[in-house]
Amino acid sequence: MIERLLDLFLLALLLITSLAAIRLRDLFAVVMLFGIYSLSAAALFMTLDAVDVAFTEAAVGAGITSVLMLATLRLTGRYEQPPTHSPLLPLGVVVTTGAVLIYATLDAPHFGDPTAPAQRQVAAHYLEASAGEVGVPNVVTAVLASYRGYDTLGETLVIFTAGLVVLLLLGIQPLQPHCPTRRPASEQVVLQVIVKMLIPFILLFGAYVQFHGDFGAGGGFQAGVIIATGLVLYDLVFGDGAAQQVVPPRWLPRLAAAGVLLYGGVGVYGLLKGHALLDYRVLASEPLAGQHLGILLVELGVGLTVFTVVLAIFYAFSSRGWR
Amino acid sequence: MSELWAGLSALCLALGSLLCLTGAVGLLRFPDFFTRIHAVGVTDTLATPLLLLGLILQLGWCLDSFKLGLVVVFVLATNPTASHAMAKAALDAGLQPQLPDPPARRQDD
Amino acid sequence: MDLMVLLAGLFNYWVAIVLMMSGFYVVIARGNLVKKLVGLGLFQASVFILYISIGKVQGGHAPILGALIERYSNPLPQVLILTAIVVGVATTAVGLALIVRIRAAYGTVEEAQILAQERAEDAAQAEHPDDPA
Repeated sequence: MIERLLDLFLLALLLITSLAAIRLRDLFAVVMLFGIYSLSAAALFMTLDAVDVAFTEAAVGAGITSVLMLATLRLTGRYEQPPTHSPLLPLGVVVTTGAVLIYATLDAPHFGDPTAPAQRQVAAHYLEASAGEVGVPNVVTAVLASYRGYDTLGETLVIFTAGLVVLLLLGIQPLQPHCPTRRPASEQVVLQVIVKMLIPFILLFGAYVQFHGDFGAGGGFQAGVIIATGLVLYDLVFGDGAAQQVVPPRWLPRLAAAGVLLYGGVGVYGLLKGHALLDYRVLASEPLAGQHLGILLVELGVGLTVFTVVLAIFYAFSSRGWR
Repeated sequence: MSELWAGLSALCLALGSLLCLTGAVGLLRFPDFFTRIHAVGVTDTLATPLLLLGLILQLGWCLDSFKLGLVVVFVLATNPTASHAMAKAALDAGLQPQLPDPPARRQDD
Repeated sequence: MDLMVLLAGLFNYWVAIVLMMSGFYVVIARGNLVKKLVGLGLFQASVFILYISIGKVQGGHAPILGALIERYSNPLPQVLILTAIVVGVATTAVGLALIVRIRAAYGTVEEAQILAQERAEDAAQAEHPDDPA
């Protein structure tokens, strides 16, 4: 009962935020509302028992996406022009599509139904067999890294490609030695002191999340985003280009490629040993130990790639705004 | 004994929620950006640790309550800093605080 | 009574569909490119909500194996959506990079103005086909 009320409240919050985001013309406010929308969606995911997804949505949606959108607004302009054409046709299209979709859900199994087709067969097999076949308590990590490891390899490649595309489109300006920082350091004392104390803990937390993904919510994606966010925070507070002195941009494409190669390498090792691609059981003498080692290595590859790509994208956007 | 902890936990949760509510009312009713930041910053910085303390009292001694304690320390450090950053950004962008009108001069001054 | 049961059972999906449609509306009805990308982000997040709602099991626990738990929520939609979230942020970043380049090329990110500039360029080229573009 309480859960349903919480559910309803969060859904209402999402509705209000999205309607406000449609109406406002100040894009800064729209981006902030999008951050609130992401965070409310993350809370909703928690009530729907999806802890890994909530973690990722909070870190990615409310964190990185908001920063990138604000960086874009800095380069393109803050206000939206009033719409030029009548809203009737789009409204008609939207209402018709929505009505068709709602009609389509009338046959769907009710929310939370344990006998729904989605909960049987494959998902039930993963829940029952993963303890014996993979041995990792977090079933989401077991499915992501082992049962559906090939999908995750493709996803890592997509992230790598997106990083390459952004670097091709925007490029990272090299750090000029005489490039003026945003404001003299003496004016930002409070922020610099607090952030200087926080960043080691953020990076430590990122490392914890990377290796804890087997036992609780966590894994390579969240860890990569958290560590990149720590460096983004450093750059935002300590002046333009501060993070580039810590992690030079020329490392980033190579580290990203190294992450993808690590993942692919683990898979190809299985091929070379005469088994299937991404068969982790050949990595150690015992199949379960092999699965653990395989999941560890591929999550490291994913974390490395996500970290470098997110940082590279941030460098590309922020260095574009330097004068 | 456990009833004492449960009662204390309920008190902390209720106080925290009340503070959040008053912060929200302040956010809506105060006239100016800086006063609004002050309302939300102060109340949220106390309300969040109170709510988390209520949850810690319900969990007792375990790893999860230690993690919640770390979150309390984090919030106490970052919430005031965030308010400071917002006010600083607004001031740098040119927003001036809304000051009260000067008192009316008396006739025989 | 039937309608109330239907409403209670399908409410989550309907709200996700309404959110999807609001994101869709922003994409097709607004001219500013950054606003369109925000609308696309709203659409994506609502699709995630729809999928995760399908995986929820009443009385279930998060799919982390524990000793005393007998019923778990479905892990498979969660894996798919985890992938989708990260891919979504990657494509949003590419979209934003394209917008920055469009701004550099056309001086504006409003769709109407960009199309007007394109038409003017095409008209100028049609009149003087020998001039370099």
